[in-house]
Amino acid sequence: MARTPIVFMLNGSERASFADPGQNLLEFLRRGVGDLSPKYGCGQGTCGACTVTIDGETQLSCLTLAESVAGKHVQTAAGLAAGATLHPLQEAFMENFAAQCGYCTPGMLISAKALLDRNPTPTREDVVEAISGNICRCTGYEPIIEAILAAAKGRARA
Amino acid sequence: MGVHRGRGFAAINYPIGMNLGGDPSQALVHSNPDGKFTVALSSIDLGQGMKSVTRQIAAETLGVPVADVYVDTADSDTGPHCMGSFASRGTHRVGNAVIQAAQEARAVMLEAAAEELEVNAADLVTDGQGNIHVNGAPSRSITTMAACQAAQFKQGRTVSGRGIFLIPLSEVDAETGEMTPVSCFAHAALLVEIDVDDETGEVTVRDMQSAYELGRALNPKLVEQQLVGGAWMGMSHALWETTEPYYPDRNHGPVDFNHYLMPGPGDISPHHISVLERPAPDGPYGGKGPGEMCANPVLPAVANAVYDAVGVRIDELPITPEKILRGIRANGGVKPRQRLARGAR
Repeated sequence: MARTPIVFMLNGSERASFADPGQNLLEFLRRGVGDLSPKYGCGQGTCGACTVTIDGETQLSCLTLAESVAGKHVQTAAGLAAGATLHPLQEAFMENFAAQCGYCTPGMLISAKALLDRNPTPTREDVVEAISGNICRCTGYEPIIEAILAAAKGRARA
Repeated sequence: MGVHRGRGFAAINYPIGMNLGGDPSQALVHSNPDGKFTVALSSIDLGQGMKSVTRQIAAETLGVPVADVYVDTADSDTGPHCMGSFASRGTHRVGNAVIQAAQEARAVMLEAAAEELEVNAADLVTDGQGNIHVNGAPSRSITTMAACQAAQFKQGRTVSGRGIFLIPLSEVDAETGEMTPVSCFAHAALLVEIDVDDETGEVTVRDMQSAYELGRALNPKLVEQQLVGGAWMGMSHALWETTEPYYPDRNHGPVDFNHYLMPGPGDISPHHISVLERPAPDGPYGGKGPGEMCANPVLPAVANAVYDAVGVRIDELPITPEKILRGIRANGGVKPRQRLARGAR
Protein backbone atom coordinates (compact mmCIF):
# COMPACT_ATOMS: atom_id res chain seq x y z
CA MET A 1 0.00 0.00 0.00
CA ALA A 2 1.07 3.52 -0.60
CA ARG A 3 2.80 5.37 2.14
CA THR A 4 1.40 8.74 3.02
CA PRO A 5 3.56 11.86 3.11
CA ILE A 6 2.90 13.81 6.30
CA VAL A 7 3.94 17.38 6.88
CA PHE A 8 3.60 18.62 10.43
CA MET A 9 5.26 20.77 13.06
CA LEU A 10 7.48 18.91 15.55
CA ASN A 11 8.67 20.96 18.50
CA GLY A 12 8.36 24.16 16.50
CA SER A 13 10.04 23.01 13.29
CA GLU A 14 8.37 21.81 10.14
CA ARG A 15 9.01 18.12 9.51
CA ALA A 16 7.98 15.75 6.77
CA SER A 17 8.09 11.99 6.59
CA PHE A 18 6.18 9.04 5.20
CA ALA A 19 3.74 7.05 7.28
CA ASP A 20 2.73 3.48 6.61
CA PRO A 21 -1.00 2.88 6.29
CA GLY A 22 -2.48 2.68 9.75
CA GLN A 23 0.82 3.52 11.44
CA ASN A 24 0.44 5.04 14.85
CA LEU A 25 2.05 8.33 15.77
CA LEU A 26 4.46 6.74 18.25
CA GLU A 27 6.01 4.47 15.62
CA PHE A 28 5.96 7.29 13.10
CA LEU A 29 7.84 9.62 15.45
CA ARG A 30 10.36 6.99 16.55
CA ARG A 31 11.03 5.16 13.30
CA GLY A 32 9.98 7.63 10.62
CA VAL A 33 11.05 10.95 12.11
CA GLY A 34 13.73 9.70 14.51
CA ASP A 35 12.44 11.34 17.70
CA LEU A 36 13.06 8.64 20.30
CA SER A 37 11.83 10.63 23.29
CA PRO A 38 8.27 9.22 23.33
CA LYS A 39 8.59 5.72 24.78
CA TYR A 40 6.77 2.52 23.93
CA GLY A 41 5.41 1.13 27.17
CA CYS A 42 2.19 -0.81 26.68
CA GLY A 43 1.10 0.14 23.16
CA GLN A 44 -2.54 0.32 24.22
CA GLY A 45 -2.92 3.63 25.96
CA THR A 46 -2.64 2.59 29.59
CA CYS A 47 0.88 3.59 30.68
CA GLY A 48 1.41 7.14 29.39
CA ALA A 49 5.06 6.66 28.38
CA CYS A 50 4.26 7.78 24.83
CA THR A 51 2.45 10.99 25.82
CA VAL A 52 2.87 13.92 23.41
CA THR A 53 0.87 17.06 22.85
CA ILE A 54 -1.00 17.70 19.63
CA ASP A 55 -1.97 21.35 19.26
CA GLY A 56 -1.37 21.70 23.00
CA GLU A 57 -3.57 18.81 24.12
CA THR A 58 -2.00 15.72 25.65
CA GLN A 59 -2.50 12.64 23.53
CA LEU A 60 -1.25 9.08 23.69
CA SER A 61 0.80 8.73 20.54
CA CYS A 62 0.39 4.94 20.48
CA LEU A 63 -3.36 5.40 20.02
CA THR A 64 -3.12 8.23 17.50
CA LEU A 65 -3.02 7.65 13.76
CA ALA A 66 0.09 9.24 12.33
CA GLU A 67 -1.90 10.66 9.43
CA SER A 68 -4.05 12.67 11.81
CA VAL A 69 -1.21 15.03 12.76
CA ALA A 70 -0.78 16.44 9.25
CA GLY A 71 -0.59 20.22 9.58
CA LYS A 72 -0.69 20.08 13.36
CA HIS A 73 1.77 20.98 16.11
CA VAL A 74 3.26 18.01 17.93
CA GLN A 75 5.40 18.45 21.01
CA THR A 76 7.63 15.81 22.56
CA ALA A 77 10.07 15.80 25.45
CA ALA A 78 12.91 16.15 22.93
CA GLY A 79 11.75 19.71 22.28
CA LEU A 80 11.78 20.89 25.89
CA ALA A 81 15.43 21.87 26.21
CA ALA A 82 16.71 24.86 24.23
CA GLY A 83 20.15 23.70 23.15
CA ALA A 84 22.13 23.05 26.32
CA THR A 85 19.59 24.91 28.45
CA LEU A 86 17.16 22.57 30.11
CA HIS A 87 13.49 23.42 30.46
CA PRO A 88 12.57 24.48 34.02
CA LEU A 89 10.57 21.27 34.35
CA GLN A 90 13.62 19.21 33.43
CA GLU A 91 15.67 21.18 35.97
CA ALA A 92 13.02 20.57 38.59
CA PHE A 93 12.91 16.85 37.82
CA MET A 94 16.68 16.76 38.24
CA GLU A 95 16.69 18.78 41.46
CA ASN A 96 13.94 16.68 43.01
CA PHE A 97 15.31 13.30 41.92
CA ALA A 98 12.09 12.67 40.00
CA ALA A 99 13.63 10.14 37.63
CA GLN A 100 15.09 6.77 38.47
CA CYS A 101 15.07 4.38 35.52
CA GLY A 102 13.77 7.28 33.41
CA TYR A 103 11.41 5.37 31.16
CA CYS A 104 8.28 7.25 32.23
CA THR A 105 10.05 10.60 32.38
CA PRO A 106 9.40 11.92 28.83
CA GLY A 107 5.69 11.22 29.20
CA MET A 108 5.63 12.74 32.69
CA LEU A 109 7.39 15.87 31.42
CA ILE A 110 4.88 16.33 28.61
CA SER A 111 1.89 15.79 30.88
CA ALA A 112 3.41 18.28 33.32
CA LYS A 113 4.14 20.84 30.62
CA ALA A 114 0.61 20.61 29.27
CA LEU A 115 -0.67 21.20 32.80
CA LEU A 116 1.54 24.21 33.47
CA ASP A 117 0.73 25.69 30.05
CA ARG A 118 -2.95 25.81 30.90
CA ASN A 119 -2.62 26.24 34.67
CA PRO A 120 0.59 27.94 35.82
CA THR A 121 -0.38 27.70 39.50
CA PRO A 122 -1.65 24.16 39.99
CA THR A 123 -2.57 22.65 43.33
CA ARG A 124 -1.17 19.28 44.36
CA GLU A 125 -4.50 17.75 43.33
CA ASP A 126 -4.21 19.35 39.89
CA VAL A 127 -0.75 17.82 39.49
CA VAL A 128 -1.93 14.40 40.61
CA GLU A 129 -4.81 14.58 38.15
CA ALA A 130 -2.52 15.69 35.32
CA ILE A 131 -0.11 12.75 35.72
CA SER A 132 -2.73 10.17 36.66
CA GLY A 133 -2.44 8.65 33.18
CA ASN A 134 1.31 8.16 33.50
CA ILE A 135 2.56 5.06 35.29
CA CYS A 136 5.83 5.22 37.21
CA ARG A 137 7.32 2.10 38.75
CA CYS A 138 10.33 3.57 40.52
CA THR A 139 9.65 6.84 42.26
CA GLY A 140 6.40 6.37 44.15
CA TYR A 141 5.26 9.55 42.35
CA GLU A 142 6.04 11.85 45.27
CA PRO A 143 9.30 13.26 43.82
CA ILE A 144 7.54 13.82 40.49
CA ILE A 145 4.66 15.69 42.12
CA GLU A 146 7.19 17.75 44.11
CA ALA A 147 9.18 18.52 40.97
CA ILE A 148 6.15 19.76 39.05
CA LEU A 149 5.01 21.92 41.96
CA ALA A 150 8.56 23.27 42.30
CA ALA A 151 8.71 24.12 38.62
CA ALA A 152 5.35 25.87 38.92
CA LYS A 153 6.66 27.95 41.80
CA GLY A 154 9.87 28.71 39.94
CA ARG A 155 11.88 27.25 42.78
CA ALA A 156 13.93 25.01 40.54
CA ARG A 157 17.52 26.00 39.91
CA ALA A 158 17.35 28.26 36.88
CA MET B 1 -20.79 0.65 58.69
CA GLY B 2 -18.02 3.06 58.12
CA VAL B 3 -14.33 3.76 57.81
CA HIS B 4 -11.94 2.32 60.36
CA ARG B 5 -8.49 3.66 61.09
CA GLY B 6 -5.74 1.12 61.73
CA ARG B 7 -2.04 1.16 62.47
CA GLY B 8 0.45 -1.54 61.67
CA PHE B 9 4.10 -1.99 62.49
CA ALA B 10 6.84 -4.19 61.13
CA ALA B 11 10.57 -4.43 61.70
CA ILE B 12 13.03 -6.43 59.65
CA ASN B 13 16.60 -7.63 59.51
CA TYR B 14 17.69 -7.78 55.92
CA PRO B 15 20.74 -9.76 54.78
CA ILE B 16 22.84 -7.95 52.19
CA GLY B 17 23.52 -10.14 49.17
CA MET B 18 23.21 -13.88 48.77
CA ASN B 19 24.07 -16.03 51.73
CA LEU B 20 26.47 -18.84 52.53
CA GLY B 21 29.44 -17.72 50.48
CA GLY B 22 30.27 -16.86 46.92
CA ASP B 23 28.17 -14.07 45.41
CA PRO B 24 31.07 -12.54 43.47
CA SER B 25 31.23 -9.35 41.47
CA GLN B 26 34.14 -8.05 39.45
CA ALA B 27 35.22 -4.59 38.40
CA LEU B 28 37.87 -3.35 36.00
CA VAL B 29 39.23 0.19 36.16
CA HIS B 30 41.53 1.84 33.64
CA SER B 31 42.62 5.31 32.71
CA ASN B 32 42.04 6.69 29.26
CA PRO B 33 44.67 8.73 27.43
CA ASP B 34 42.95 11.92 28.60
CA GLY B 35 43.60 10.97 32.22
CA LYS B 36 40.00 10.16 32.94
CA PHE B 37 38.97 6.77 34.25
CA THR B 38 36.54 4.14 33.07
CA VAL B 39 35.03 1.63 35.46
CA ALA B 40 33.77 -1.43 33.57
CA LEU B 41 31.01 -3.38 35.28
CA SER B 42 28.34 -5.84 34.27
CA SER B 43 26.24 -4.70 37.20
CA ILE B 44 23.07 -3.09 35.95
CA ASP B 45 21.71 0.27 37.02
CA LEU B 46 17.95 -0.19 36.80
CA GLY B 47 17.21 3.15 38.39
CA GLN B 48 18.52 2.46 41.87
CA GLY B 49 21.70 4.45 41.32
CA MET B 50 24.38 1.81 40.78
CA LYS B 51 26.29 3.97 38.31
CA SER B 52 26.28 7.00 40.58
CA VAL B 53 27.39 5.13 43.67
CA THR B 54 30.14 3.11 41.98
CA ARG B 55 31.33 6.31 40.32
CA GLN B 56 31.61 8.01 43.70
CA ILE B 57 33.41 4.99 45.17
CA ALA B 58 35.88 4.83 42.29
CA ALA B 59 36.61 8.56 42.43
CA GLU B 60 37.12 8.45 46.19
CA THR B 61 39.51 5.51 45.97
CA LEU B 62 41.44 6.78 42.95
CA GLY B 63 41.68 10.24 44.47
CA VAL B 64 40.31 11.97 41.39
CA PRO B 65 37.23 14.18 40.85
CA VAL B 66 33.92 12.40 40.33
CA ALA B 67 33.69 14.17 36.98
CA ASP B 68 36.81 12.27 35.85
CA VAL B 69 35.19 8.86 36.27
CA TYR B 70 32.88 7.18 33.80
CA VAL B 71 31.06 3.98 34.73
CA ASP B 72 30.37 1.67 31.81
CA THR B 73 27.73 -0.98 32.44
CA ALA B 74 26.91 -1.35 28.80
CA ASP B 75 27.58 -4.98 28.07
CA SER B 76 27.45 -7.99 30.37
CA ASP B 77 28.83 -10.19 27.57
CA THR B 78 32.13 -8.36 27.34
CA GLY B 79 32.31 -6.76 30.78
CA PRO B 80 33.74 -8.35 33.92
CA HIS B 81 31.44 -10.82 35.61
CA CYS B 82 28.72 -9.81 38.06
CA MET B 83 26.05 -11.95 39.69
CA GLY B 84 23.50 -9.21 39.06
CA SER B 85 21.45 -6.39 40.53
CA PHE B 86 19.34 -8.18 43.12
CA ALA B 87 19.42 -9.29 46.77
CA SER B 88 20.35 -5.73 47.78
CA ARG B 89 23.91 -6.64 46.89
CA GLY B 90 24.92 -3.91 44.45
CA THR B 91 26.46 -1.24 46.65
CA HIS B 92 28.12 -3.75 48.95
CA ARG B 93 29.47 -6.38 46.56
CA VAL B 94 30.17 -4.22 43.52
CA GLY B 95 31.35 -1.30 45.62
CA ASN B 96 33.96 -3.49 47.29
CA ALA B 97 35.12 -4.82 43.91
CA VAL B 98 35.41 -1.26 42.61
CA ILE B 99 37.53 -0.26 45.61
CA GLN B 100 39.93 -3.14 44.98
CA ALA B 101 40.22 -2.34 41.28
CA ALA B 102 40.62 1.38 41.89
CA GLN B 103 43.32 0.79 44.51
CA GLU B 104 45.36 -1.20 42.01
CA ALA B 105 44.90 1.45 39.31
CA ARG B 106 45.76 4.20 41.77
CA ALA B 107 48.99 2.46 42.70
CA VAL B 108 50.08 2.39 39.04
CA MET B 109 49.07 6.02 38.60
CA LEU B 110 51.20 7.00 41.61
CA GLU B 111 54.15 4.96 40.29
CA ALA B 112 53.87 6.80 36.99
CA ALA B 113 53.69 10.12 38.81
CA ALA B 114 56.66 9.14 41.00
CA GLU B 115 58.75 8.42 37.95
CA GLU B 116 57.91 11.82 36.46
CA LEU B 117 58.55 13.68 39.72
CA GLU B 118 61.61 11.56 40.54
CA VAL B 119 60.34 10.75 44.01
CA ASN B 120 59.18 7.66 45.88
CA ALA B 121 55.57 6.70 45.09
CA ALA B 122 54.97 6.13 48.80
CA ASP B 123 55.48 9.85 49.39
CA LEU B 124 52.73 10.89 46.98
CA VAL B 125 49.19 11.95 47.82
CA THR B 126 46.20 12.96 45.71
CA ASP B 127 44.08 16.03 46.40
CA GLY B 128 40.88 14.75 44.81
CA GLN B 129 40.97 17.73 42.45
CA GLY B 130 43.05 16.07 39.75
CA ASN B 131 46.51 16.63 41.23
CA ILE B 132 49.17 14.37 42.69
CA HIS B 133 51.80 15.95 44.90
CA VAL B 134 54.57 15.08 47.30
CA ASN B 135 53.17 14.84 50.79
CA GLY B 136 54.07 18.04 52.60
CA ALA B 137 55.36 19.71 49.45
CA PRO B 138 52.32 20.69 47.36
CA SER B 139 54.49 22.58 44.85
CA ARG B 140 56.07 19.33 43.68
CA SER B 141 53.04 18.13 41.81
CA ILE B 142 51.75 16.63 38.61
CA THR B 143 48.19 16.40 37.36
CA THR B 144 46.54 12.99 37.26
CA MET B 145 46.09 13.57 33.55
CA ALA B 146 49.83 14.19 33.02
CA ALA B 147 50.69 11.13 35.11
CA CYS B 148 48.31 8.93 33.12
CA GLN B 149 49.59 10.34 29.84
CA ALA B 150 53.19 9.72 30.88
CA ALA B 151 52.24 6.14 31.70
CA GLN B 152 50.51 5.74 28.36
CA PHE B 153 52.90 7.47 25.98
CA LYS B 154 56.27 7.49 27.73
CA GLN B 155 56.59 4.78 30.36
CA GLY B 156 54.49 2.07 28.75
CA ARG B 157 52.41 1.33 31.83
CA THR B 158 48.73 0.49 31.95
CA VAL B 159 47.06 2.53 34.65
CA SER B 160 44.52 -0.13 35.43
CA GLY B 161 43.24 -2.35 38.16
CA ARG B 162 41.26 -5.50 38.74
CA GLY B 163 38.81 -6.04 41.55
CA ILE B 164 36.64 -8.83 42.81
CA PHE B 165 34.57 -9.27 45.94
CA LEU B 166 33.81 -12.77 47.05
CA ILE B 167 32.30 -13.94 50.31
CA PRO B 168 34.21 -16.97 51.61
CA LEU B 169 32.13 -20.10 52.05
CA SER B 170 30.86 -20.35 55.60
CA GLU B 171 31.89 -23.65 57.17
CA VAL B 172 29.29 -25.48 59.23
CA ASP B 173 30.36 -26.35 62.75
CA ALA B 174 29.94 -30.13 62.95
CA GLU B 175 29.04 -30.00 66.63
CA THR B 176 26.54 -27.17 66.73
CA GLY B 177 25.50 -26.71 63.12
CA GLU B 178 26.41 -23.06 63.56
CA MET B 179 27.50 -21.07 60.55
CA THR B 180 27.72 -17.48 59.35
CA PRO B 181 25.15 -17.22 56.61
CA VAL B 182 25.62 -13.57 55.84
CA SER B 183 28.33 -10.96 56.35
CA CYS B 184 26.14 -7.97 57.08
CA PHE B 185 22.56 -7.07 57.80
CA ALA B 186 20.57 -3.91 57.23
CA HIS B 187 17.57 -3.06 59.38
CA ALA B 188 14.27 -1.27 59.07
CA ALA B 189 11.12 -0.46 60.98
CA LEU B 190 7.96 0.92 59.47
CA LEU B 191 4.66 2.17 60.84
CA VAL B 192 1.72 2.57 58.51
CA GLU B 193 -1.65 4.15 59.10
CA ILE B 194 -4.58 3.17 56.93
CA ASP B 195 -8.33 3.54 56.63
CA VAL B 196 -10.45 0.50 55.81
CA ASP B 197 -13.93 1.00 54.39
CA ASP B 198 -16.05 -1.84 55.70
CA GLU B 199 -18.63 -1.45 52.91
CA THR B 200 -16.24 -1.61 49.96
CA GLY B 201 -13.27 -3.31 51.59
CA GLU B 202 -11.03 -0.62 50.17
CA VAL B 203 -7.87 0.42 51.96
CA THR B 204 -6.63 4.01 51.86
CA VAL B 205 -3.07 4.62 53.01
CA ARG B 206 -2.86 7.72 55.22
CA ASP B 207 0.68 7.89 56.44
CA MET B 208 3.96 6.01 56.63
CA GLN B 209 6.80 6.49 59.07
CA SER B 210 9.96 4.51 58.73
CA ALA B 211 13.49 4.21 60.01
CA TYR B 212 16.28 2.53 58.08
CA GLU B 213 19.75 1.45 59.15
CA LEU B 214 21.74 0.78 56.01
CA GLY B 215 25.35 1.45 56.82
CA ARG B 216 26.71 4.76 55.59
CA ALA B 217 24.43 6.50 53.11
CA LEU B 218 27.00 6.92 50.35
CA ASN B 219 24.60 9.15 48.43
CA PRO B 220 21.87 10.37 50.80
CA LYS B 221 19.59 11.69 48.05
CA LEU B 222 19.73 8.40 46.16
CA VAL B 223 19.00 6.54 49.39
CA GLU B 224 16.01 8.75 50.02
CA GLN B 225 14.59 8.38 46.53
CA GLN B 226 15.04 4.62 46.68
CA LEU B 227 13.27 4.42 50.03
CA VAL B 228 10.42 6.69 48.90
CA GLY B 229 9.86 4.84 45.65
CA GLY B 230 10.51 1.37 46.99
CA ALA B 231 7.96 1.77 49.77
CA TRP B 232 5.30 2.15 47.10
CA MET B 233 6.51 -0.93 45.31
CA GLY B 234 5.98 -2.72 48.62
CA MET B 235 2.61 -1.08 49.05
CA SER B 236 1.67 -2.14 45.55
CA HIS B 237 2.61 -5.71 46.43
CA ALA B 238 0.65 -5.47 49.69
CA LEU B 239 -2.59 -4.01 48.37
CA TRP B 240 -2.78 -4.04 44.59
CA GLU B 241 -0.70 -6.26 42.39
CA THR B 242 -2.04 -9.67 41.55
CA THR B 243 -2.99 -11.86 38.65
CA GLU B 244 -5.72 -13.21 40.95
CA PRO B 245 -8.57 -13.38 41.54
CA TYR B 246 -10.04 -13.53 38.11
CA TYR B 247 -13.01 -15.66 37.29
CA PRO B 248 -13.77 -18.28 36.34
CA ASP B 249 -10.17 -19.29 35.66
CA ARG B 250 -6.71 -17.92 35.05
CA ASN B 251 -7.35 -17.45 31.36
CA HIS B 252 -9.34 -14.42 32.40
CA GLY B 253 -6.48 -13.01 34.42
CA PRO B 254 -5.08 -9.56 33.82
CA VAL B 255 -2.68 -9.09 30.94
CA ASP B 256 -2.39 -5.31 30.86
CA PHE B 257 -2.31 -2.18 32.98
CA ASN B 258 -6.09 -1.85 32.79
CA HIS B 259 -6.52 -4.94 34.92
CA TYR B 260 -3.19 -5.44 36.66
CA LEU B 261 -3.59 -2.78 39.30
CA MET B 262 -0.96 -0.57 40.88
CA PRO B 263 -1.20 2.56 43.00
CA GLY B 264 -1.28 5.79 41.04
CA PRO B 265 -0.22 9.28 42.05
CA GLY B 266 -3.59 9.80 43.75
CA ASP B 267 -3.12 6.79 46.02
CA ILE B 268 0.09 7.76 47.76
CA SER B 269 0.47 9.15 51.27
CA PRO B 270 3.12 11.13 53.11
CA HIS B 271 6.14 9.03 54.09
CA HIS B 272 8.45 10.26 56.83
CA ILE B 273 11.84 8.59 56.68
CA SER B 274 14.70 8.53 59.14
CA VAL B 275 18.03 7.11 58.03
CA LEU B 276 20.34 5.87 60.74
CA GLU B 277 23.93 5.69 59.53
CA ARG B 278 26.11 3.05 61.13
CA PRO B 279 29.01 2.29 58.77
CA ALA B 280 29.37 -1.43 58.11
CA PRO B 281 32.87 -2.82 58.77
CA ASP B 282 32.99 -4.78 55.51
CA GLY B 283 30.98 -2.32 53.41
CA PRO B 284 32.54 -0.02 50.80
CA TYR B 285 33.15 3.17 52.83
CA GLY B 286 30.70 1.64 55.30
CA GLY B 287 27.78 1.35 52.89
CA LYS B 288 25.29 -1.50 52.79
CA GLY B 289 22.52 -0.03 50.66
CA PRO B 290 18.72 0.09 50.89
CA GLY B 291 17.95 -2.42 48.14
CA GLU B 292 14.90 -4.62 48.49
CA MET B 293 14.55 -3.56 52.09
CA CYS B 294 12.81 -0.41 50.94
CA ALA B 295 9.76 -2.51 50.03
CA ASN B 296 9.88 -5.37 52.52
CA PRO B 297 8.57 -3.94 55.81
CA VAL B 298 5.56 -2.39 54.10
CA LEU B 299 3.83 -5.72 53.51
CA PRO B 300 3.63 -7.05 57.09
CA ALA B 301 2.95 -3.55 58.41
CA VAL B 302 -0.09 -3.21 56.15
CA ALA B 303 -1.35 -6.68 57.10
CA ASN B 304 -1.05 -5.68 60.75
CA ALA B 305 -2.80 -2.38 60.10
CA VAL B 306 -5.75 -4.13 58.47
CA TYR B 307 -5.99 -6.42 61.50
CA ASP B 308 -5.80 -3.38 63.75
CA ALA B 309 -8.53 -1.60 61.83
CA VAL B 310 -11.16 -4.27 61.29
CA GLY B 311 -9.90 -7.37 63.08
CA VAL B 312 -9.33 -9.38 59.93
CA ARG B 313 -6.06 -11.31 59.80
CA ILE B 314 -5.14 -11.77 56.14
CA ASP B 315 -2.20 -14.04 55.34
CA GLU B 316 -2.28 -14.06 51.56
CA LEU B 317 -1.10 -11.17 49.43
CA PRO B 318 -2.28 -8.90 48.11
CA ILE B 319 -4.83 -7.71 50.63
CA THR B 320 -7.67 -7.08 48.22
CA PRO B 321 -11.05 -5.56 49.11
CA GLU B 322 -12.60 -8.96 48.44
CA LYS B 323 -10.43 -10.68 51.05
CA ILE B 324 -11.19 -7.98 53.61
CA LEU B 325 -14.95 -8.20 53.04
CA ARG B 326 -14.89 -12.00 53.22
CA GLY B 327 -12.88 -11.74 56.44
CA ILE B 328 -15.32 -9.27 57.97
CA ARG B 329 -18.20 -11.54 57.07
CA ALA B 330 -16.45 -14.59 58.52
CA ASN B 331 -15.84 -12.67 61.75
CA GLY B 332 -19.50 -11.73 61.97
CA GLY B 333 -18.73 -8.04 61.50
CA VAL B 334 -16.00 -5.48 61.98
CA LYS B 335 -13.96 -6.08 65.09
CA PRO B 336 -11.41 -3.33 65.55
CA ARG B 337 -8.92 -4.07 68.24
CA GLN B 338 -9.87 -2.77 71.66
CA ARG B 339 -7.21 -0.12 71.69
CA LEU B 340 -8.91 1.55 68.78
CA ALA B 341 -12.38 1.19 70.22
CA ARG B 342 -11.28 3.32 73.16
CA GLY B 343 -10.43 6.06 70.70
CA ALA B 344 -6.73 6.05 71.48
CA ARG B 345 -6.14 8.59 68.75
